[in-house]
Amino acid sequence: MASSLRRDDPPATAAAPARPAAPRRRALPVLARHLAAAALALAAIAALTFLVGPLEHLRIARVGYLLLAVAGLQILVGASGQVSLGHGAFMFVGAYTTALTVLHAPAVPLAGVMVLAVAAGCLAGVLVGAATARLHGPYLAGATLALAVGLPALALYFSDLLGGSNGLRFALRGTPPELSGLLTDNQWKALVVWLTVLTALVVLATLSRGRLGRRMRAVRDDESAAAMAGIPVGRTRVTAFVVSAGCASLAGACEAYLLGTATPSSFSLALSLSLLAALVLGGLGSLWGALWGALALVYLEAAGRELADLLGLGSSVADNLPPVFFGVMLVVIVTAWPTGVHGALRRLGGLSARQRTPNPPSDPPSITTTGA
Amino acid sequence: MRKPTAVAAGALALTLLATSCGGAGEVEESAGADLNVSVGVTDDTVTIGTHQPLTGPASAGYLAISQGASAMFDYINDQGGVHGRRIEYLVKDDVYDPTKTVEVTQELVEGEEIFAMLGGLGTPTHSKVVDYLSEKGVPDLFPSSGALMWNDPEQYPLTYGYQVDYTKEAKILAKYVAENFPDAKVAYYYQNDDVGSDSIAGLDQYLADRVVADAGYESTAPEAVGGQISSFKEAGADLVVCACIPAFAALGILNAVGQGYQAQWVITSIGSDTPTLRALLKEYAEDDGLPVDQLLDGIITSGYLPQVNMVDDPWTRFFTEVHDKYGEGELTNTRIYGMVQAVMFAKALKAAGENPTRQSLLDAVESMEWNGPGLVPFASTAEDRGGHAGVLVQQYRAGDGEGVMEQLQEPMVTDRDGGEIVPADFDRLGPDEYDFHD
Amino acid sequence: MNQFVSLTFEGIANGAVYAALGLSLVIVYQATRVVNFAQPALALIAAYTAHTVIRATGSYWLGFASAVAAGTLLGVLTERLLLRRVQDRSPLNAVILTLGLLLALRGLAGMVWGNLQHSFPPPMSFRDLEAVPISPEELFALASVALVAAALFVLHRFTPLGLRMRAAALRPESARLSGVRVGLVLTAGWGIASAIGALAGMLAVPPLLSPTVLDAVFVYGIAAAVLGGLDNPFGALAGGLVIGVGLSYVSGYVGSELTTLAALAILVVVLSLRPAGLFSRATVRKV
Repeated sequence: MASSLRRDDPPATAAAPARPAAPRRRALPVLARHLAAAALALAAIAALTFLVGPLEHLRIARVGYLLLAVAGLQILVGASGQVSLGHGAFMFVGAYTTALTVLHAPAVPLAGVMVLAVAAGCLAGVLVGAATARLHGPYLAGATLALAVGLPALALYFSDLLGGSNGLRFALRGTPPELSGLLTDNQWKALVVWLTVLTALVVLATLSRGRLGRRMRAVRDDESAAAMAGIPVGRTRVTAFVVSAGCASLAGACEAYLLGTATPSSFSLALSLSLLAALVLGGLGSLWGALWGALALVYLEAAGRELADLLGLGSSVADNLPPVFFGVMLVVIVTAWPTGVHGALRRLGGLSARQRTPNPPSDPPSITTTGA
Repeated sequence: MRKPTAVAAGALALTLLATSCGGAGEVEESAGADLNVSVGVTDDTVTIGTHQPLTGPASAGYLAISQGASAMFDYINDQGGVHGRRIEYLVKDDVYDPTKTVEVTQELVEGEEIFAMLGGLGTPTHSKVVDYLSEKGVPDLFPSSGALMWNDPEQYPLTYGYQVDYTKEAKILAKYVAENFPDAKVAYYYQNDDVGSDSIAGLDQYLADRVVADAGYESTAPEAVGGQISSFKEAGADLVVCACIPAFAALGILNAVGQGYQAQWVITSIGSDTPTLRALLKEYAEDDGLPVDQLLDGIITSGYLPQVNMVDDPWTRFFTEVHDKYGEGELTNTRIYGMVQAVMFAKALKAAGENPTRQSLLDAVESMEWNGPGLVPFASTAEDRGGHAGVLVQQYRAGDGEGVMEQLQEPMVTDRDGGEIVPADFDRLGPDEYDFHD
Repeated sequence: MNQFVSLTFEGIANGAVYAALGLSLVIVYQATRVVNFAQPALALIAAYTAHTVIRATGSYWLGFASAVAAGTLLGVLTERLLLRRVQDRSPLNAVILTLGLLLALRGLAGMVWGNLQHSFPPPMSFRDLEAVPISPEELFALASVALVAAALFVLHRFTPLGLRMRAAALRPESARLSGVRVGLVLTAGWGIASAIGALAGMLAVPPLLSPTVLDAVFVYGIAAAVLGGLDNPFGALAGGLVIGVGLSYVSGYVGSELTTLAALAILVVVLSLRPAGLFSRATVRKV
């Protein structure tokens, strides 16, 4: 499956969250541009939380951490061509790391908890990446699928430490007292989640613009050619796995921080599969795709529930409408827009942009070409 | 991982550090919410809500609870509601996934502005929202779970338990088994979570030295029950105590028949919904020429609610009538479970006065003399919120058509620890005398 | 000792079911390079169809036949109406398409038949024989899967359709040039695979039918397919038996909470020794 992930359009960059083609900004270093874009995005989200009702804060935060998990998957699938059906397992690692730290060492500051979660996720990524380094396509998919189903069983086996099937429950600091009149707990947590997510995205975007990104794309496009060009194929693949697992783990930590829970049933196969679905739905190859995918996960489901309420159907029809709605939307979107929402938007944008800039900015040339 | 990455990672650490000076897990107590409010109450409606698994694997066993409650609220509303108000009962699907439970509960509390939460289902799920509910001042009545944490007035002042405590129930059942089957070699068959561990805590008080085998099951691994049953057979157990949900009770019974293993089955109340068991076993067993009643005949169960086959019970007759008119599918004990929650809520709401507030609802619950519909006393006082306080012991007897429940031991109550098991002393009112609608 | 024997037989019977599901996945994979996540949903609809027919007619075998027919039809329709539209694009798109179909069909089953469990009859008696702890139901599962595998082998090796299927899977362009109607052959592959999937469903469902009943079985079906190697349909048979027996021992002797972890362990160990499954032929890519 690896080689067939090649796509016909020019290799899309894992773009930074904002990339208008203004010539002056290209002079800035990549990292500075990414940081500026992230700061803008955070300000925009902060403003947004004041515009919407309290109910949306939780959803905005959910979009945030799902975005991060999907973005991590983007690095793995979109950039390095390895398909993982088990990223929910890394979210499980992050969530339980958070839970255990908060319960057993409540004095550790949140930043420390997050760093620990990333470290635990990366460690899990190293183990899984090394164990699966020789696997390709559906074999890798099958092994990671077993990971998604198998890993949460650890919580059942070590039920004294990990709480069994009831999971762990903990309270976390909400809005700091100085701001308590201004922000609700959920609003504050949504902002912290987005701050974390955006910071991680800056790291991701910078990485994929750099040497690692070029190597991963080379490995994705043609492993043998990459090896001949002197790229350490195995190490690159494992590194991609590690980065991706770290992101998913951090996403799991954000979820645990937001909801104050870590329960094995939350990290089901359905979660892992919907992350991959979100990735393809949003569009492979760009971090923007991760955003559309995360939005779709949260809001398609909510829309399905509202649709069911609206139609006032019989109970067994109404109960099942949200999953059916989501499933049908998946089918429709991947059929209608083969490159995902981002691809569709880019084609729309491309029509107008082509009239303005004759040479749209493109990646540094990678060593492979897209040829069959 | 070169320099820009390191800088970015440093930035992450610093910014996060700046946002949270103290430890992430160091939380201050928040002041209680104002309870003298009537959120969700209008001139002609009272809106309440619940989170239930309506889809996904858990829905197969639990969907019927909210269906039962909905049917009962339809009946109550058709009688004129409570103090002239209709009860709007909102059921949100959480797929038994705690992350969704948190989301739909916030939708209910902040979006739909419910007056109270009624019968939120499941230990892993509901335990993740009790703090939130108490912080928001939402009465949390009768969670559909037998976990111990609902009976903790200090920690959760707004939560009142419903289901009988697994330990008390198992203890009463164990004493009955110890006295009536003095020579039995016992096997424990249980769900691998607090259902199992709390039940074993009670069983062990009387049966610890008779246990020859024990095996748990994961509710997520339905294909693997044969191994448990064959280990009971191998150990020579002749009595199996089953602390399990109906689907796994059914699988256990079928596997025993399949392996030619004969034992006396003793099933705690969560799995002893005989109409459901009948439906689960019927076509499978009868295809093999085994009448389903023959499989179930002689099963000993404990119970604390009126049951479908207690045909002489006035409440059972009432529930059957309501179900015939408002319900869907076949009446089962799981549906009655939800109906009883609805009836008890309506009674509390009625007692809370013409203009109910959350405080007056809670006061009504605390001071209520519950005379039914349960078969045992019900604790919802300031100190003890354990819900149904004991069980009776009964045996399923096959008959023509539906079998009947034969009472083996009258309702008994006890505590969780070494306390005595004593007959329950209370008067039970019929549906006609029970003041729960206009 | 008795327990060992009974665990072994139970494992073999379960393994046969995983093998059948794995087989259907491999056939689809070979034809169209897609891991068909909709397979459990197709089998589920087939089983519900059977349930309805059995209730209406009282005949198990009529229900069985209608399940296989419904499965075949659904497979053909899925390939013709949906998969074909995304075939020429990334296979990941096709996988996500089948995932969407899984959610939609499973929900649809819940809409039509409800989310509560139904009792579902076994093909034959589930009571163990006197001599050995195995029931006719389990024997039927083994025999039917063995029969299907044998038929598939004959089809593959000795019939023109089998030859065309192999050709279309390996070299679609050259197959097309040499006159093979590739589209038709792919549709046939999906139909056959879904018929086998429906059989797996009929074997896996009893005693209880509900919309999510095949999810766990499906995971082990994928594991069986991957374990055996996707370029060899008969690998799935071995893979299914290894998983079935292995999990049965783990559940019986260690604890049922570890079955999924055990599946992971088996998969990781085998694949780290043989990265393309037990029965892979080593393929060296020319550069």
